[in-house]
Parts: sequence; structure tokens; C-alpha cells
Amino acid sequence: MKEQAAAPGTLGFCLALLRRQLTLAARRPIEIGNPLLFFMMVVALFPLGLGPSPEKLAGFAPGILWIIALLSNLLTSDTVFRSDFEDGSLEQLLLAPQPLFLSVLAYIAAHWLITGLLLALVSPVFALMINLPAVAIGTLVASLLLGTAVLSLVGGIGAALTVGLKRGGMLISLLILPFYMPVLIFGSAAVQNAVLGVPPGPYLAIIAAMLCLAVALAPLAIAAGLRISVDA
Amino acid sequence: MWSFFHKLGSPPWLYRIAGTIVRWLLPVTLVALCVGLVWGLLYTAPDFRQGNSYRIIYIHVPAAVVALAGYYVMAIAGAVSLIWKMKMADVAMKSCAPIGAALTFIALVTGAIWGKPTWGTWWVWDARITSMLILLFLYLGVVALYEAYDNKEAAGKACAVLTLVGTVNIPIIYKSVDWWYSLHQPASIKFTGDSTIDPSMLYPLLLMIAAFYGVFTCCLLMNMRAEILEREARTNWVKKLALEYRA
Amino acid sequence: MPAQVPAGTGGEALLAVHDLCLERGGRELFRDLCFEVLPGSLLQVEGANGAGKTSLLRILAGLSRYGFTGRVERRAPLLYIGHLPAVKALLTPRENLAWHVAGEAVHSNDEIERALAKVGLYGYEDVSSHALSAGQHRRVNLARLYLSHSPLWLLDEPFTAIDKGGVAELENLLVEQVQRGGAVVLTSHQQLRVACQVQALSLTEGLVA
Repeated sequence: MKEQAAAPGTLGFCLALLRRQLTLAARRPIEIGNPLLFFMMVVALFPLGLGPSPEKLAGFAPGILWIIALLSNLLTSDTVFRSDFEDGSLEQLLLAPQPLFLSVLAYIAAHWLITGLLLALVSPVFALMINLPAVAIGTLVASLLLGTAVLSLVGGIGAALTVGLKRGGMLISLLILPFYMPVLIFGSAAVQNAVLGVPPGPYLAIIAAMLCLAVALAPLAIAAGLRISVDA
Repeated sequence: MWSFFHKLGSPPWLYRIAGTIVRWLLPVTLVALCVGLVWGLLYTAPDFRQGNSYRIIYIHVPAAVVALAGYYVMAIAGAVSLIWKMKMADVAMKSCAPIGAALTFIALVTGAIWGKPTWGTWWVWDARITSMLILLFLYLGVVALYEAYDNKEAAGKACAVLTLVGTVNIPIIYKSVDWWYSLHQPASIKFTGDSTIDPSMLYPLLLMIAAFYGVFTCCLLMNMRAEILEREARTNWVKKLALEYRA
Repeated sequence: MPAQVPAGTGGEALLAVHDLCLERGGRELFRDLCFEVLPGSLLQVEGANGAGKTSLLRILAGLSRYGFTGRVERRAPLLYIGHLPAVKALLTPRENLAWHVAGEAVHSNDEIERALAKVGLYGYEDVSSHALSAGQHRRVNLARLYLSHSPLWLLDEPFTAIDKGGVAELENLLVEQVQRGGAVVLTSHQQLRVACQVQALSLTEGLVA
């Protein structure tokens, strides 16, 4: 035998995966830009649909911003595992000696970094476009940071279950939208409360609790889903 | 105990025993359903506030109760299928979804019909209705996922994972929706407060709930029998059964 | 068609298969398949198209977990190469190997360069894989064999889209793996020209020694 080289540790492997996913995303920057562009365009739809009155828009702003964030996350969730499934990388990942439920976290983390994080960071601009009071902007960013991470994790479950299906795009929305609803409720409530001057801390804490639960359980479901999809 | 569990995994045995149960349970259920309906719709006193329109609870409440319980039946079947790799649990889970969806739909429609005379509108975004609507989405998601897979074995496993994810999420969704409603609910109106129900109205309701559980079980078993036949179509025992049936 | 494959060079089996049966679409592909893969053996799975070769390899690798009966014991780390190259077009060959999702080992730059040179991709290390042909993608994937320390290799049609020189190179590599105490299970329609004993497992006729 050749000299035995130990398989890389789980952490090292996950970091390599994260780096790989981020490099892949960086080589196709349009994929990073698309969700942001989508966010901007849908923001422009609401004044057209609801009328340009600033008061009206301001009233709906927390809900509008959260719904758009949710939709742009939904649209990108489908792609988390798809290209890896198509070129055979996914089956190699399944055979890796490192625990699958940890390596999928790297995929989800990469997805969150290039959609959720960026979205949260640019959201103040869109918030001002639809007259969200400035006091609520900090809360909006915080709630999006926490909430989109939950969305990415839950979306990953849908992606894992539908990655083997040719027409998975629509299906994934049907599967995971119901699971997005609690995040939407508390996310927009946090912003709403910040607008009204009520401390939004408790709502953010609930989203953080959801995040803890999702980090603990979603990877297991994602791993199980991927094994099923590759087997089918 | 284990031998019973083992037998549950055997398609011919399950097919036969499900047939026997349906043969006994179906007449009982139908009688209970008729008695409950006649009792509830004709022989109970009208409500002092809502008059006769409240009588729809004899369909609405049992459908909602059983629809929710159905999801847990499905989740347990899903867990059994994933943990013990029991194919018949897959069959049970798959057969649950459309029945649960139908019951949820009935609960929603009767709720809307009830809402018109009570609240003056067909649809109110009330916590319970919204939760039922989300439950319908969850059921339809399972049906859609199952149908999307060509490989039915993989479809069963995928749906099992989805149902388990749903089971973890249902309490969260319910609590969030409850909370969301309490946040937006105007203080003067309260649809879902504590209400007492007179025993004369309660007994037929309990009978109807039992009858709906019977309906659910019968539908589930019949659905499972059909699914077993389809999955086992190439085996000898099904071929023999088909020959016997023709003869 | 029960099949027993005889022992290789001895030692603990790397892979043991017990009573494996597979049915696809109502057709039985194989039944009661029993064999062990010992260190130092090279097993070629044969059979016509649709005989279940790929399915067998996927079961052996652990990718297929449902739809068959029987037991597969995997006692050693394995490397599986399937029909899909698992090469990302957006990454260079070097990155593809360095960050490979199979997570086998951390490879130094030198090792990667040497492996790529062995598969005839010298000078292509840092070219975007977009620019490479399908055959070259397969070669990038095969370069993993030169880096691998896994005792057990499961190779599904490794010679597809590889030119003549590449085939000979690969055959030598297989012999090396066998000689250092590893084992190879592969499917191929080609006759192997290797300087070691090749066991054949025919899915249509059972075992041919």
C-alpha cells in the first residue's frame, strides 16, 4: 500500500466544500446578482399594484419586504444541489467518509452567504424605496439575517427531495412554502413592531430559536433526502 | 408482538386482514354516520345565538379533527417506513395523504359555509381556518411529491421524510398562526373564545367524530388494499386472487 | 444462478456480498449473488447491456439502498467511479481534485500535478474545465485513482471515452493497485490485458473462473 493519508477531518472537509461552492458562485456572478435583481424588480411591482401613496406603501412595507425575500430565497433553493446532482458530484459526496449531515451544512451555508446575507445587506436600499420608516431598518436587516438562514435550511430540504426530479422547480415551492410561513409571520412582525416603536427583541429571539431548531434538524432531513434522490 | 409486526409487513396477510376489518367496520360506520347525522341535524335544539346554522359543526368539527389526526397517522407510518424499512408502512402513508386532504378540504368548505351566516363573509383569516389551509397545503405537498417520483419506492421514502419534517413543523406553524392572529385580531371581536357546549349537542358530535374516524379507517384500508394489489401485481398470490375473482 | 468467486491472495475480505437479489421493472436481474472481494483481486463484472452491472456496482458502493434484497458488507474505504465524471466545468482540474467532494484525502499540489500528468493532462492543470472535452473530463476523474489510498476501487466502465494509450496506462494502474494489496471491481465490455489474474463475474451466466 502507499503511505496511508488520513481522510480530511470533518471541519476541514466542510471548509473545503464551502470554498468550492463560493468559488463556483463567484465564477458565475450573474447567479449571485439574479436574486438581488429579482428583489429590486418585485419591489418596483408593489407601487404599481398598490398605488404610489407613501403612507400606504409604508404600512405594507414590512410584509412586502419579507415576502420578496422569501420568494427570492425560494427561487434559488432549487439550485443548491442540482448541478452537483447532474454532473455526478452528489453521488461522490454521499460516498465521502465524512458525515453527510455535516457536509450539507457547507452547501447551505454557501447558499445563505450568496443569497440571504447579500439580500439582508442590500435590503435597506429597497426599504427606503418603499418608505419603510428608518427606525425599523436595523430590525429589518437583523430579521432578514436570521430568517433567511432558516429559509435556506428549510429550502435545502425541499431541494434535496426534488433534486432527482426533472420538473422539480414548481414542486419545491409546494413542498416548502408552508414551512416558510412561521418565519414570515415572525420576521414581518419584528419589523412591524420596530415601526410601531415596540422593542422587536422577542420576535428576533423566536426567529433565532427557529434557526437553532433548523440547524439541528434540517441537515438530517437534507441528508436523508439526498440519499433518496440519488437512489431513485 | 414481533410476530404481529412481522405479519404487518406481509402484503397478502395485510390485504386479507384489511379486507376483514373493512367488512365489519364499514356497516358499523355507516350506521353511526346516519344516526349521528339525523340526531345532530334534526333532534337537537337550535343554538340560542346561531339558530340552526350551527348544525354544520356535526360535519365541520369531525372532519377537522380527523384531518389533523390523519397527518399524525401518516407521520407514524412514515417513521416506521424509514426506521424499519417496512414497505407496507409506505403503502399506509401514501394512502393517507389523499384522504387527509379530502377531509381537510371538507372542513374548509363547511367552515366557509358556516362563516357566511355567522360572520357575513365566506372567508375570514382566522387562526383555525388559516391553520387548516396550511394543513391542506402540507397534504397536497405529500401527494404532489409522491406523484412526481417515477420510482414508487423512492417516492415513499421521500414522502416519509417530508411528513416527518411536517410533523416537527405543525406545532410551530399552529403556534405561529395563533400568535399571528392574536396580534392582528381587533379586541372587540372574538371568534375562537371558550365556548361551552350543551351535552345534548355534544353527544351527537362525539358520535359523528367516532363515525368520521371509522370513515377514515375504512377509506385508508380500502385505499391500501388497492395500492397493495397494484404494487404486488406481478406476484403469484395476486394472480391467484384475480383468477379466483373471475371464477 | 448462485455464484461463488474463489479467494484472491488471502487476507480479510474488503467486501462481502450475501444473497443479493435484484429485480427491476418486474424482471429479475440477478439472484442469490454471493461473493467476497479479497485484497489483491481484480474482479470484472460482465453481462449484456441491461444485465444490471451498473446497478450491482451502485449497490456495492452503497448508493442504492432500496429495491434489492441481501446484504453487502463494506469493510474498507472505497472509491467509486460512475458514469458521471463529477467534474465541475467552472473549476480547473486542479481545483476539481483539491476540493473533491469525495473527501478522500488532502492532496498536495505536487501530488495533483503528478496525477494529472499521468492521465495526460500536463499543462492543463489551471485551465478552466470548460475548455476540456468530455474525454478529458473523464481523465480528470480518473486522476483520482492516482491519488487514491482506498483499498477498494469500484469502477463503472472506466475505459469509456478514453483513447488507446490511456487504456494501457489505466490497465497498468489496476495491476499496481492489485499488487499493493488493494482490490478492483470493474465493469467493462473490453477484454482486459493485464499481467495479473482477472476473475470474471458474469451476471447472465453466473461465475466464470
